[in-house]
Amino acid sequence: MSSQTIIKMMIGFYICLFFGYLFGPLVVMSITAFNTPSYPAAYPFEGFTLGWFVKLWNHRAMMEGLVNSIIIGIGVICVSVPVGLAASIVMNQIYHRARSLYYLVTVSPVLTPGVIIGISTVIFWRDFSEMTGTRPILYKGIVLAIFGQSSFIAAYCLLIIMARLQRFDRAQEEAALDLGASYPQVFWHILLPFLRPALISASVIAFLSSFENYNTTTFAILADKTLVTVLAGEVRQGTTPALSALAVIIIGISLAGAIAYEVMKRHEERQSAKNAMQAKIAEQADLAHAVVAPA
Amino acid sequence: MSRLLVYLIPFLVIAIFMAMARYERRFAHDPTHRGFFERNGTVLGIVFIALVAFWTLFLVVLPYLYMVQESFHPKLVAADRGGPKDLLTLEQYRSFFIQPSDGSVNGTHIWAFGFSLVVSAAVTSLNFAICYPLAYYMAQAGSVQKVRLLMLGLIVPYWVNEILRAFSLRLMLASKGLINQILMGLGITDGPVDFLGNNVGLYVGLSYAYLLVMVFPLYNAVESLDKNQIEAARDLGAPWWRIHKDVVMPYAKPGIASGCTMVFMLSAGSLAAPQFLGGPKTLWFTSIVYDFFFQAFNWPRGAAYAFLLLAACIALVMLMLRLFKVSLGETIK
Repeated sequence: MSSQTIIKMMIGFYICLFFGYLFGPLVVMSITAFNTPSYPAAYPFEGFTLGWFVKLWNHRAMMEGLVNSIIIGIGVICVSVPVGLAASIVMNQIYHRARSLYYLVTVSPVLTPGVIIGISTVIFWRDFSEMTGTRPILYKGIVLAIFGQSSFIAAYCLLIIMARLQRFDRAQEEAALDLGASYPQVFWHILLPFLRPALISASVIAFLSSFENYNTTTFAILADKTLVTVLAGEVRQGTTPALSALAVIIIGISLAGAIAYEVMKRHEERQSAKNAMQAKIAEQADLAHAVVAPA
Repeated sequence: MSRLLVYLIPFLVIAIFMAMARYERRFAHDPTHRGFFERNGTVLGIVFIALVAFWTLFLVVLPYLYMVQESFHPKLVAADRGGPKDLLTLEQYRSFFIQPSDGSVNGTHIWAFGFSLVVSAAVTSLNFAICYPLAYYMAQAGSVQKVRLLMLGLIVPYWVNEILRAFSLRLMLASKGLINQILMGLGITDGPVDFLGNNVGLYVGLSYAYLLVMVFPLYNAVESLDKNQIEAARDLGAPWWRIHKDVVMPYAKPGIASGCTMVFMLSAGSLAAPQFLGGPKTLWFTSIVYDFFFQAFNWPRGAAYAFLLLAACIALVMLMLRLFKVSLGETIK
């Protein structure tokens, strides 16, 4: 056996180990969702059941939490995507040293522990809403959860949108302006369509990070509940296969999403390859025309 | 009084910021330069500024300052707040070192503080060791198709939320869990090993939770390294470990710093893993903060502890960045 094969085998072994570590617990948990014992066990497999899914469906608090989680997720998208967009445009238009101060303030929430964001949000809005007399409207679990999560999710959005904005060709803007477009028109008709992919992925990331957030939400949610805080309560009390059932549903949705993403990506690639081909043909036709014309 | 200060500081920072922007514009000498409102239109310009101001002031800076301010106040009922008893005090910080009840040294909290930081640092290095080979393989050796598949394989488990991931590990590591069943079935141990009680569950849980956070910065950093550099080193006869030590790692330093910083901060501030995978005797610092809020209802002391944690984390990260000569700006990119 050559040393090349040994290295290849070692790499393969390592990758298997890594993904075994990553997926193993999830696979075991999924098996427990279909097993009959009320203590979640993968082995011995005593009998197949779907009863834990029914039990999950009838879990009132969890369903309430799910609704709240979705509302908060949508709220977070509505706050953090526009904020991220505005922040990235401002970032793009200021100079060197002012930019590093601005960068520090806007990106600091990414590095701050979620617990601290949650605590500071609650303390601030308690005092602020009291001071301004807006306590009944603002000092609510759902509102505070949206504010607390947006504080760092907006920074994620900023980073995602920034990455695309940096590839924006200013010449497009100049061309539009020369053709008589106003600045707002440039924004709506040139910049925004260019940023669309980034805005979409920012929205998806925003929703997902909001949906699964625990550290910030557990403080900011006050007396309300989200799916994750209900889950945390359940796990603290003990273990039931109904939780595994929930995990199976989430894994199923994730897998479907991943496959859809993969298919979309391949389709897009094929499309762009086709476009590039067409452009090339058109270019060659133009070129041929240009060569022929003077003669 | 202290609350007034809280509102003054942001305005001071904004003033400095405006002055800086103005000063730099004057020295930039850009003939095509247009003012912010001119470049975006007045209405859009105002909307942008308003959004950014709302975010930075109401969601980031003011809450932080309020938390710090709260930590310098005594614990009071709502009616007393702002009254004559509402004085500035260091009592909350003192209570971290000395028990307020009997004046003895507060060993439990100091221990928990040190324990959390040390374990976080250990988890960070463990994750680096686990993730570096994979990141290197994905960035330099794998084919495009394979890398995309691996990438998906990495991301999908992270769509399952933190709590359920901790729960799945608990199913593996509990005394009636699968690993103990295997160990006992093979006759390696007679009774179940208490993985949760001896903190193995906590270490595994923290490492498991933040694998992805380590892989991606590493991958991004290694990916842009020119393969020819590695080839050149190999042709010059460097053994594989020297290639990594002298070529790949120095090049990927910003990515390494970024991954390590993120994992360290996240695990030091994590709540789920210690709550669900820690043993009954494990005292994690954020869990103590949590208890101050939800069991003792002592918000000022919780705020003081949270601020201590934040300060320690920032100080440690800065120290590490200084040691490895990486700037903070490079880290967050």
